Amino acid sequence: MNIATAIELRQLAHEAPPTPAEDGPASKEIVAGYGFWIFLLSDVVMFSALFASYAVLVHATAGGPVREQLFSQVSVAIETACLLASTYTCGLMSLAVQARRRGAFFVAAAVTFALGSAFLGLELHEFADMAARGATPQRSAFLSAFFALVGCHGLHVAVGLLWLVVMAAQVAVKDFRASVVRRLHCFSLFWHALDVIWVALFSVVYLMGVRA
Amino acid sequence: MSAAADDAAPVLAQDGPDHWLVYTTGLVLAVVLTATSFWVANTSVLWPPGVPLGLAVLAIAQMGAHLVFFLHMTSAPDNTNHALALAFGVLIVFLVVAGSLWIMADLDGAMLPGGGHMHSHGAAGMAMPMRP
Repeated sequence: MNIATAIELRQLAHEAPPTPAEDGPASKEIVAGYGFWIFLLSDVVMFSALFASYAVLVHATAGGPVREQLFSQVSVAIETACLLASTYTCGLMSLAVQARRRGAFFVAAAVTFALGSAFLGLELHEFADMAARGATPQRSAFLSAFFALVGCHGLHVAVGLLWLVVMAAQVAVKDFRASVVRRLHCFSLFWHALDVIWVALFSVVYLMGVRA
Repeated sequence: MSAAADDAAPVLAQDGPDHWLVYTTGLVLAVVLTATSFWVANTSVLWPPGVPLGLAVLAIAQMGAHLVFFLHMTSAPDNTNHALALAFGVLIVFLVVAGSLWIMADLDGAMLPGGGHMHSHGAAGMAMPMRP
């Protein structure tokens, strides 16, 4: 391409619809969504450190129970199904919010909450079961790393459930005003990101431990 | 900001059925990939040393599907900032995970012979009583 063409292309680009910079500052929805995206990425980086420590310490069992003895495939499969279904209903909830349909929103929020609670309940049951068999975090480096990683994800789910209740209350009281819609958008990003992390988690922790 | 402006927030331009289809496509894809992952982990048909690699590929594919269908990552110009931030995040994640594994494997190889179990890494390996 010669220089003249390049300049022409540049001029064309400038005559195209105004870029965000020329259009003034971005809207609050875009800024909030982007800021929350950055937070989620920093959260993922934190999880990567927990994943790294788990991967390093997975064989450091100090003579204690190893993963093949501890993990139940069935329980993990049900947990995965719960979280996946809840991420789908969370998507449907976002659609209800976009269409400003209160009834559909409350139904989707309730189903999302129920599925998320089922996930958390199963996970806590699994933890209690492991503790009853002597597999507590202080038993070995492997178990410390396991409980740090999976527990941190479970903690995120618990916080997400609390957030969902708060958002449902806000919709009930304040209806779909712009600030509430913005928060609901951030919540759906958070909930979908938790499922992405769970995909990595069940693959690395539970499935790679089936046979080793 | 005024409450009146808040209440007047316009309904976003969107075509409902299409968005519904996006989420449903994502769900179907995620279910298929998850089921495949569980099958790969439990089957004896596959070459065992290849299973972890296969699981990693399936997990990355599923995370990609979630990003596209649930988190709505696109290559559109208004999504460039999101994509760049994501690329940076992925780089950091890769450095942390791969770097930790590499360094710890290297240290493991440098440990005194017999100074712990073959598979024990790092501090836990050294703090552990000697075992055959």
